[in-house]
Amino acid sequence: MRIGDAKQSYAADEALWTSTTQQVWFGLLLLSLLLFPFFASPYLLYLACLVGIAVISATGLNILTGFTGLISLGQAGFMGVGGYTVAWLSLHTSLPFPIALLAAGLLSAAIGMVIGLPSLRIKGLYLAIATLAASVFLHFVFVEWASVTGGMAGLSLRSAQLFGLTFHNDFRMYFMIMPLAVLMLLAARNIFRTRIGRAFIAIRDRDISAEILGIPLLRYKLLSFALSSFYAGVAGGLFAYFYRVVTPESFPLSMSIFYLAAIIVGGMGSILGGVLGAIFMTLVPEGLKLLTTAITPIYPQAPVFMSPLLGVVFGVLIVGFLIFEPNGLAEVWRRIRRFFHLWPFRT
Amino acid sequence: MKILEAVNVHLSFGGVAALRDISFSVPEDSITTVIGPNGAGKTSLFNCISGFYRPQQGSIFFRGQDISRLKPPARAALGLARTFQNIALFRGMTVLDNIKLGAHVHTKTGLLGALAYLGPARREEMALREEVERRIIDFLEIDHIRRQPVASLPYGLQKRVELARALAMRPQLLMLDEPVAGMNREEKEDMARFILDIKEEWGVTVLMVEHDMSMVMDISDHVVVLNFGQVIASGLPQEVQKNPAVIEAYLGDGDIATLRRRLNANTEAA
Repeated sequence: MRIGDAKQSYAADEALWTSTTQQVWFGLLLLSLLLFPFFASPYLLYLACLVGIAVISATGLNILTGFTGLISLGQAGFMGVGGYTVAWLSLHTSLPFPIALLAAGLLSAAIGMVIGLPSLRIKGLYLAIATLAASVFLHFVFVEWASVTGGMAGLSLRSAQLFGLTFHNDFRMYFMIMPLAVLMLLAARNIFRTRIGRAFIAIRDRDISAEILGIPLLRYKLLSFALSSFYAGVAGGLFAYFYRVVTPESFPLSMSIFYLAAIIVGGMGSILGGVLGAIFMTLVPEGLKLLTTAITPIYPQAPVFMSPLLGVVFGVLIVGFLIFEPNGLAEVWRRIRRFFHLWPFRT
Repeated sequence: MKILEAVNVHLSFGGVAALRDISFSVPEDSITTVIGPNGAGKTSLFNCISGFYRPQQGSIFFRGQDISRLKPPARAALGLARTFQNIALFRGMTVLDNIKLGAHVHTKTGLLGALAYLGPARREEMALREEVERRIIDFLEIDHIRRQPVASLPYGLQKRVELARALAMRPQLLMLDEPVAGMNREEKEDMARFILDIKEEWGVTVLMVEHDMSMVMDISDHVVVLNFGQVIASGLPQEVQKNPAVIEAYLGDGDIATLRRRLNANTEAA
């Protein structure tokens, strides 16, 4: 039960974690993230890395679609830009990975801004189609610009480097991906404590009155595109370092839809929602696969019908969320928290 | 001294003229009210002043500067703030965030500052919070709802939050589009008191559109009457009230023979 929650300064009232309980829980979370790889099996470690990458990209898309209200189907394309940038830099230079990732993010942000230009005129589904066209175009570039992208065969990378340290296995990659994911989440959370984040939400809720209130629409829409594709570019760069190969098929259109589904399931317009959605979308297919393996001894036919069924079950879960919890997993989490705020009393 | 002046403003949508050759001015430190029957063009006039519509002809001057070609954000930066007839709050945000948003043009934090939320960005946010709390939330008596999402508030409070947001823009001219529409008597009296205080304590000039005649007559210093997109009268409330053209616009000309003729025409048409 939460009591005695009064604050004496505005700074304390606007902190990210307003109570000691929250601070302690967050500290424990960070500690467990730090210790996780020392105890986890290789399979879990692999999944954790995938989750980390997905969290970064989903958060980026959430900034654009969830907070600014601009639907984008270009996320996979932006990740591709990041992936190819990192791959190219790794083959032609010996830059340390933070610089390569920064370059990936910046290039992706620049392209994102160009693709975001139509957003001043078009909204909703029309913008989705425009970004879809952009992602098809990017895919075309990945395939055809063979001298840089290696064409259909793609590019193979060397391991990421920093001060002579190579990140050649999942254990080390975890320590590259997870801190970055935490840092970028905090940064995203910070944006929405300031005027820029408020301007994004204002554009989502009522763009016309936002403009009357002094928010230049084009500038903030492009800023949102840039920020979102920066996140996608960094995620794509990590993806490239993680698999050490990028091909045009590494970033298919279905990946854009995957991220859109992630923020819908998790909760649009909530940083936590993007995180939960990314975890859900990455782990549930794996969980369904594990389930299949588990029931195979009892029912040997399981793999035969379970593999097509996976897609169906996954789809039903998403539709279920849309119908029964349109505000996503973030809302479920808020409900759980509310319950414990007054526990053992009932609201 | 005029804070705002409209000269020969003409606005039409296709063949329909919403505003015809409108000229009027708002004296500094006054409460100026625009009245007129439904469809007279009051809200269109507001939209021209805040930059949402571009009039085809005429100019609008703010403190002597021609603002007719400025975009809405530039007008906001000059000190023009407004509220909307059918409440345009940002529903996904809390009351506090809605109000802070009003100060957008007066804050400077850039993208990198926002991402890090250190030093200057944090100081600016804290200063803003303090200003909003001291000057606006206390003044408008909305401290109990600051953490609530605006969508959950009753209508009267939403109107008040919208006023708060406009005040956070540090306006020099505050434009209120029907500030008391749909309110009960008590809420109307509160709102009238706030508007008077804004003029007297804040030194902000108020330009409003309002239908509630008792309120208009009680608090206005200057009244402008529109009908069919034209200014038909302007002056002190008492003068306007007695103006025959105004009475005709609102009530008809009062001649029993004309009324009978109109009634017969209507019955025949039916």
